Amino acid sequence: MVTRKSAVPSALMLIVTFCFLAALYLTLNAQFLAVVQVAVYAGAIMVLVVFVIMLLNIRNEQYTITGNWKTVVGILGVLGILAQIISVFIAATDTLPKHLSESAVQLGTVESVGTKLYTSYAFPFEMASIILIAAAVGAIVLAKKKLT
Amino acid sequence: MVVEALIKIVIVLLTVLTAVSYLVLLERWISAWLQDRIGPNRTGPLGLFQPLADVLKLLLKEDIEPSQSEKWIHWLAPVISITVAFSVLAIIPFGSAIILSGKSYSLAIASNVNIGVLYIIALTSVGVYGITLAGWSSGSKYSLLGGLRSSAQMISYELTLGLGLVSVVMLCGTLDLGGIIQSQIAGGWNIIRAPLGFMLFLISSFAETNRQPFDLPEAEPELVGGYHTEYSSMKFALFFLAEYANMITASAVMSVLFLGGWHVPFLNTLGMDPSLLAVLGILAFGLKIFAFIFFFMWVRWSIPRFRYDQLMNLGWKVLLPLGIINIVITALEKTYLLH
Amino acid sequence: MLTNYIPLALMMMVAIGFGVIMANLSKWIGPRKPSREKLSVYESGMVPIGTTHERVSVKYYIVAMLFIIFDIEIVFLYPWAVTFDKIGAFALGEMFLFIGLLFIGYIYVVKKGALEWD
Repeated sequence: MVTRKSAVPSALMLIVTFCFLAALYLTLNAQFLAVVQVAVYAGAIMVLVVFVIMLLNIRNEQYTITGNWKTVVGILGVLGILAQIISVFIAATDTLPKHLSESAVQLGTVESVGTKLYTSYAFPFEMASIILIAAAVGAIVLAKKKLT
Repeated sequence: MVVEALIKIVIVLLTVLTAVSYLVLLERWISAWLQDRIGPNRTGPLGLFQPLADVLKLLLKEDIEPSQSEKWIHWLAPVISITVAFSVLAIIPFGSAIILSGKSYSLAIASNVNIGVLYIIALTSVGVYGITLAGWSSGSKYSLLGGLRSSAQMISYELTLGLGLVSVVMLCGTLDLGGIIQSQIAGGWNIIRAPLGFMLFLISSFAETNRQPFDLPEAEPELVGGYHTEYSSMKFALFFLAEYANMITASAVMSVLFLGGWHVPFLNTLGMDPSLLAVLGILAFGLKIFAFIFFFMWVRWSIPRFRYDQLMNLGWKVLLPLGIINIVITALEKTYLLH
Repeated sequence: MLTNYIPLALMMMVAIGFGVIMANLSKWIGPRKPSREKLSVYESGMVPIGTTHERVSVKYYIVAMLFIIFDIEIVFLYPWAVTFDKIGAFALGEMFLFIGLLFIGYIYVVKKGALEWD
């Protein structure tokens, strides 16, 4: 469903979505992931998206946004899912654990990410640098017509 | 807890707002002093009511929304800027915890946040949008160019800012700002342990706050007002407020990360009363912030603006490699010297 | 644990509220006398020529792309820096390899002239 004619507000909506996703990570005690979600996705990748929108000079879509029934159906769908989530929570209050276990709380901290990433997952970590180099080369090949 | 946090928020915001209005006056005095002029002295005794007059003037101006602007985003951009500028204040510890009638109160709005430093990084990276969107939505060519330049500048120097921070985190082994201060009390201020990191952080702070010599986005001779060319009244004031609030937060963050925050060396050896020590700590922290702010202003009125290619070259070809070298130096220092 | 983050959320809400009120304040109490000339965009006093949203230089795209790459590198540095004392020499060598590889990429970028602003 398209609600915005212009591309920049749509990109803004995506940034807001990323920020709320970070809040969701935070409720799962994944602090590092939450911060990275904001710093990398909302703060770096979306800057590129906004730049590209400006770069390509994407104009506003010419069509008029019609079909109020789509909006109505969308809102009803959202409300339905929300009602379902709430009802599940109310039904399951007694069975849900009151507190997360200590190990689950520790899992998402920066310290535990660090100790795991640089010992058990050393190889994928080094691979990440190769992928990043490939991205840098790709960006330059794409953007530079005349390679000096 | 919520009430306690709200009280602290109100106190901090009121202090910052008052500080900002008087910093504007101070900046005008300092510029006058450096240029051998008199400066504002007509409004009230010594010109002390000048901030009041400025705020009233801005409030009563007409709010102009250019016909070619994207109204909604034009309105949103200053709100983003001010939100980011204020939100960073939430994790800064303004002093050591004080004990009132048996209960300990921490002097940070949010204490024990174990992602502390990363929260600053995340907010700084979101802060770019305020300026990008202001430039894009105004519908003016000057604004667009200013906004684009500014956002490219800010993301470039964010890298150096992050690299400078990494060396601090390496030395202190924690991301929590209170923990970083404790580590500095134990092992010496970070300005001594990581001088290169401090230089990098200081330079990129100038770029992140868009202060001279990095105020390319609003280079008057070529870009008029830059990204806020089309802004008037309180919306313009919000950008102005955000710039000065950013200057305060940048100074506070630098004091915490590199100058030991509220710590004064050798003061606890004098055997003073703990409450007096706490008050002196807060005063010392304020003094450190003020010293940084004075430095910001001093530089502004002493050093000419960079050209844009010089600015990007400095960021990408000098500071970024230096930041990486700084990480290597700090790693070796930590492994071989501090053990 | 999570309760430590409540003041942060409160601070953001207060800041947003402050921004919203301030951004509307002049609209509420300021004068309102719009005219066509006043609402046209500023272009040194001339009648604006053409549209504003022209295509911009591709260099901004390169800067943003390179920013993402090095930003991810720095994000990888934080967990390493926090656990520096615990994970020891192996991780140190590993990180030097990581930084070294990215530095090769950086040298490539500089040599290709992608960072020249001419």
